[in-house]
Amino acid sequence: MNNHEPLIHIARRSSIAWWKAWLIRLASAVLALLVCALFIYGLTNLNPVKVYAAMWEGAFGTSRRMWITMRDTAILLCIGVGLAPAFMMRFWNVGAEGQVLMGGCATAAVMIYLGRSLPTPALIALSCVVSVVAGALWGIVPAVFKARWNTNETLFTLMMNYIAIQLTCFLVAKWESPPGSNSVGIINQRTQAGWLPSLMGKQYLINVILVLAITALMYFYLKYTKQGYEISVVGESENTARYAGISVRRVIVRTMALSGAVCGLSGFIAVAGSSHTISASTAGGRGFTAIIVAWMAKFNTFVMILIALLLVFLEKGAVQIASQFGLNDYASNAVEGIILFFLLGSEFFIQYSVRFRSHGHRKEAEEE
Amino acid sequence: MTQIISLLTSAIVFGTVILYGAVGEIFTEKSGNLNLGVPGIMYLGGIAGLATAFFYEMYAAEPVGWIGLLLSFIAAFAASALAGLIYAFLTISLRANQNVTGLTLTIFGAGVANLFGGSLNAMAGGVGQISVATTSRAYRAYIPALSGLGHVGQLLFSFGFMAYLAVAVALFASWFFNRSRVGLNLRAVGEDPATADAAGINVTRYKYLATCLGAGVSGLGGLYYVMDYIKGTWSTDGTIEALGWLAVALVIFATWKPARAIWSAYLFGVLYWAYNYITGLSRASIELFKMLPYVVTILVLVAVSLRRSREAQPPKSLGLSYFREER
Repeated sequence: MNNHEPLIHIARRSSIAWWKAWLIRLASAVLALLVCALFIYGLTNLNPVKVYAAMWEGAFGTSRRMWITMRDTAILLCIGVGLAPAFMMRFWNVGAEGQVLMGGCATAAVMIYLGRSLPTPALIALSCVVSVVAGALWGIVPAVFKARWNTNETLFTLMMNYIAIQLTCFLVAKWESPPGSNSVGIINQRTQAGWLPSLMGKQYLINVILVLAITALMYFYLKYTKQGYEISVVGESENTARYAGISVRRVIVRTMALSGAVCGLSGFIAVAGSSHTISASTAGGRGFTAIIVAWMAKFNTFVMILIALLLVFLEKGAVQIASQFGLNDYASNAVEGIILFFLLGSEFFIQYSVRFRSHGHRKEAEEE
Repeated sequence: MTQIISLLTSAIVFGTVILYGAVGEIFTEKSGNLNLGVPGIMYLGGIAGLATAFFYEMYAAEPVGWIGLLLSFIAAFAASALAGLIYAFLTISLRANQNVTGLTLTIFGAGVANLFGGSLNAMAGGVGQISVATTSRAYRAYIPALSGLGHVGQLLFSFGFMAYLAVAVALFASWFFNRSRVGLNLRAVGEDPATADAAGINVTRYKYLATCLGAGVSGLGGLYYVMDYIKGTWSTDGTIEALGWLAVALVIFATWKPARAIWSAYLFGVLYWAYNYITGLSRASIELFKMLPYVVTILVLVAVSLRRSREAQPPKSLGLSYFREER
């Protein structure tokens, strides 16, 4: 008679202690590392512990490596922070890659065309503004169509990425130096015009400070301002928002402008503060990786710091193993994928409690 | 005339790659799953096929073309379907977000494929040194008598068998979605899973099968690219990823109709290669030309949402997970 009861019983948890949630996440991360270790061992017969030690060495081994890890974390984090408001609104902005590139192109244009005529502070201010505008524009276009005609934003923003990539390729071919190299090269290498300055002798310190400031501001904006509240209401239910007198269209467009603007600013930091050049790989897939960062952090910008650091650590570590053990750097993407699969799966066990069919449970059912 | 024929020929070859990707994705999306892992799946299909052919030709004393073909074909389909299974398990059973899971699958697939592809290149002694000549030739075999029949013959009969298989699969899919009971059930699952569930359709099983088989078909695009398009080599230049996103675009362009995907795929091919046949383009403007497929896709996407015709809409519950308890 009781055979009708399913083997596994799944119920949504009403709440979960924070330490339990993090314990589940930690367990899944450990499990993921074990699977990765098997993967690495199966592939190379190398001792996985040694490989992980080498990864640590690659990401934090020297002061220079540590700063590069920090620099890349800052950019990934900045993009993730930019995506947070859009995701909180349940607007699937998968167009960060394109928004970052447009910001980068705008910055490069200012550095190239005005590099001789303006002093560096003016250049920095100008390229900052221009990149924000470019990124925001790239975000507003799909938002307007979503707000007005409910055009699918996931697919729209996805396509905008490739338009941005081709536009960047076009600009690279236009600006290439030396001619025929099909790359822009380091812009203003001699004069360093338009480059973000070093602080206290550390080249990338200013990037890190900038991004941390943006992270804190965004946290405050989403959590404590009226606009942030409107975003979360629209995300929960558009109908509720309408009843409450919120103009849903305006919130969608405004939020996507903000999201695109911060992504554009990441492009500015990537070009003026880090690579000092522009190419189709300036965003380098980070626009996509940041989606995962933003989603996993559940829109909490401070948690994003941790996740971004973890992903950059993996990437740097894998590059190190690649050169040390003769693999290629794509190992990092494979390892990253495995870890993310586990972390994504772990959310299920945080949100739902899973019980197997048991005697105690059966009694309960009989009593009913 | 020769130029037009050669443009059309390369467009068909190009179109075939994304046609597989798109038809597979249509299967998946009709069940309500938006799988953004298509590029990763195509990568995995490509590398699984290539690696199988490579090891077969290395260890077999006298490799036979059709055996290598069969083995690599099965391996590619199986590897891609397995990738679909990862996605299905995470999104359907563990209820993870579809977009994030799909993007992760793309990162994972590209990583694994390029890792193995790079190792294969290294084992074979350098980029472009992988030799799967026998198998690749089997993939590219066509009937010489027919393809010799002037322009028409060249246009219709000068391709490997997979180009025709792609059309057949697309036509089958079209029949399947419109005429077969199982296909109509599948569409019901993608439109309104709660209603389908109430009607006695096993939503979970439909979603799992559609996602895995759809991924298998998508992966064949990667196989065709590796075996036919670049003639049995591996390069880590990221072309497959760009093609994979183009396949996602094609699904929208074809408004979720497999039969329409056939000519749309070839049109994408024409748009993509058009710059080769226009004289006097600078390298910069070629890059602008390559933007065309994406621009027209956006235009179609916008037009579809403006017209609101009922036939051209995406499956209604696309991208949403279905939990029976949370209706």
